[in-house]
Amino acid sequence: MNAQHLQPTGSAYFIAKETERPENHTLSVLVDNEPGVLARVIGLFSGRGYNIESLTVSETEHEKHLSRITIVTRGTPHVLEQIKHQLERIVPVHRVVDLTVRSHEFGQERPLERELALVKVAGTGEARVEALRLADAFRASVIDANTEHFIFEITGKGSKLDQFIAIMKPLGLVEICRTGVAAMNRGPQGM
Amino acid sequence: MSNGQSERREMPRTEMTGAEMVVQALKDNGVKHVFGYPGGAVLPIYDEIFQQDEVEHILVRHEQGAGHAAEGYARSTGKAGVMLVTSGPGATNAVTPLQDALMDSIPLVCLTGQVPTSLIGSDAFQECDTVGITRPCTKHNWLVKDVNELAATIHEAFHVATTGRPGPVVVDIPKDVQFARGFYVSPQIAPRTSYQPKVQGDLDKIKAAVELMASAKKPIIYSGGGVINSGAEASHLLRELVDLTGFPITSTLMGLGAYPASGKNWMGMLGMHGTYEANMAMHDCDVMICIGARFDDRITGRLTAFSPNSKKIHIDIDPSSINKNVHTEVPIIGDVGRVLEDMVRLWRATAKADKKVLYPWWEQIAKWRARDSLAYKMNNDVIMPQYAIQRLYELTKGMDTYITTEVGQHQMWAAQHYHFEKPNRWMTSGGLGTMGYGLPAALGVQIAHPDALVIDIAGDASVQMTMQEMSAAVQHDAPIKIFILNNQYMGMVRQWQQLLHGNRLSHSYTEAMPDFVKLAEAYGGHGIRCEKPDELDDAIKEMIAVKKPVLFDCRVATLANCFPMIPSGKAHNEMLLPDEATDEAVANAIDAKGRELV
Repeated sequence: MNAQHLQPTGSAYFIAKETERPENHTLSVLVDNEPGVLARVIGLFSGRGYNIESLTVSETEHEKHLSRITIVTRGTPHVLEQIKHQLERIVPVHRVVDLTVRSHEFGQERPLERELALVKVAGTGEARVEALRLADAFRASVIDANTEHFIFEITGKGSKLDQFIAIMKPLGLVEICRTGVAAMNRGPQGM
Repeated sequence: MSNGQSERREMPRTEMTGAEMVVQALKDNGVKHVFGYPGGAVLPIYDEIFQQDEVEHILVRHEQGAGHAAEGYARSTGKAGVMLVTSGPGATNAVTPLQDALMDSIPLVCLTGQVPTSLIGSDAFQECDTVGITRPCTKHNWLVKDVNELAATIHEAFHVATTGRPGPVVVDIPKDVQFARGFYVSPQIAPRTSYQPKVQGDLDKIKAAVELMASAKKPIIYSGGGVINSGAEASHLLRELVDLTGFPITSTLMGLGAYPASGKNWMGMLGMHGTYEANMAMHDCDVMICIGARFDDRITGRLTAFSPNSKKIHIDIDPSSINKNVHTEVPIIGDVGRVLEDMVRLWRATAKADKKVLYPWWEQIAKWRARDSLAYKMNNDVIMPQYAIQRLYELTKGMDTYITTEVGQHQMWAAQHYHFEKPNRWMTSGGLGTMGYGLPAALGVQIAHPDALVIDIAGDASVQMTMQEMSAAVQHDAPIKIFILNNQYMGMVRQWQQLLHGNRLSHSYTEAMPDFVKLAEAYGGHGIRCEKPDELDDAIKEMIAVKKPVLFDCRVATLANCFPMIPSGKAHNEMLLPDEATDEAVANAIDAKGRELV
């Protein structure tokens, strides 16, 4: 899904080395929920060589047919500004907010970001008990189980999920399903 | 920017078929001409077109031709161009003009037929994923699955194509929707909430720009196609601004004509094949005012060396153009016409125009101009291509003339040696560089301006890409003049092979050139061949006099190069000038790094 190169635009004239450092930013994009809108957004990223680290889409305002797309992307500040403006050119896009920039304006390091994962662990005996104990420590809940497996549901920051999954690996990890990042800024203001 | 909705008649909700709605919507959006090609999936619409005569259909010979004709129509009138094609191959053939219109910001409405909704996704005959294929090459596109949404969608398509930064749109209409009955709605005034381009510039920014301009000692105005897209008033205001400030002005390929070439502040086109004075002034200026242009790579040359000591003001309707390639100190987002209106007003009110401050700058420019960078060696035996354009200009300049071009050396020579006094007179494929653009574009221009002199300045290679539209021109009594600078080569390819690849001319020579005179006659047009400089004037006069489509086979020097030139990867002040361009200089003009560039 990710374009591997970080060319700022399609111009062949960018022979100068980028001196700015790439950063991870989380963008919230409010769009009309109509056919093809996700393809337009993703096509923009692949067509212009931008990165997608994570993508989450869902209808958020049913009556107005609005969906909110949360994209974690990586680029230099210059590229990130381009991404925002290019997204705003798409006709069904209403608003684009760089949540990371916004959180900096509020004096915070980053916006609130959460992921959810379903983690299936199979095993018996000591490993099974250990998995359950660790799940409890991580506040993962058991949503399905029989005598040979658990399915845990865990939410949190990506790093917490990474850690939980790493710990489950030797305890009989079978499969994982993760959502992308859902994010919003702290405080009373909307996007 | 007109949106073509001249008649907003309030109509009651009328029941009709989808095909009737298409034609009604075209009428309600002020459309007089549609360029198209019929096929299975658009037959109901063609049947409706047959039964009325308000909207005239121009039958082309290939869908690409329909697209470029509609582009020429749009560019020369300021209205949206409309094309109508069938599903599958009809739609895929439209892709090139769609991308062309996207890159040059041309309002183009493309209606495509689609297989019936029940067959979509079944790999039906002449099915393709039109909205999928055209998504990246349109400003927006729609697949209409409900006949009751058809009219509103077409109205919105016209609105999106013509407002903000103009561009191409596609409305894909399945055949069953064309047959289905539903309610027609007349054009809605309220646009959708998500699409409201900002047209009025931020006044504080405009004030800052005027202050910066007033302090400039070495200013330059660099204008582009956005001025022309913004409408006649924008060109008028641009001229006023130049007069008020006394600043020198240059323009991109797309912007030619916005400021008259006879104007005293005119420096000629800038960029890769621009004039020495324009490029040197861009490099050395202290304040640059970019108006409706986008710092394209053909303009900037090597970015790290681009106008290193200037503060830049950038007026553009598209926020993504700002800071995309070049950092701007004063960005102004808005429609060029509106912003210029404020700018001219503020300049009159606040700026003390002391044009004396600019004298040293104008003296410097005069020195650069004296370098005469467009000069070439005249030849009495062979027609030099530059000479051919100069004579064409001299013999047509007093007339109501529109010029289109193909892509290549002839295009650059035309931009250098044909001089434009008015906007909308110059139709060329700038961004995409589409060979084969000019002939069908000329057809579109001629349809819009039946009594004008429409000339496609062509190359022998480009013109063969869409030659079939000669047949369309004959059918529709469009007396377009195709002025072919025939040098037997793909001239620009050959020039680059000389510059980059040791003059190994790999497949850039056309060995089996058709006889263009016989070809013209075969199509029912008129053919002229000219091989000698002293016969050229008479031949051009003959071309102008003939009231038929003309193929003019102008045999020119085969190996002439297009200079001046900023070689790839070089800066504005590292131009290759014609008198310095020896074979050795040409062979070594581009270093290894520049070789990778296009």
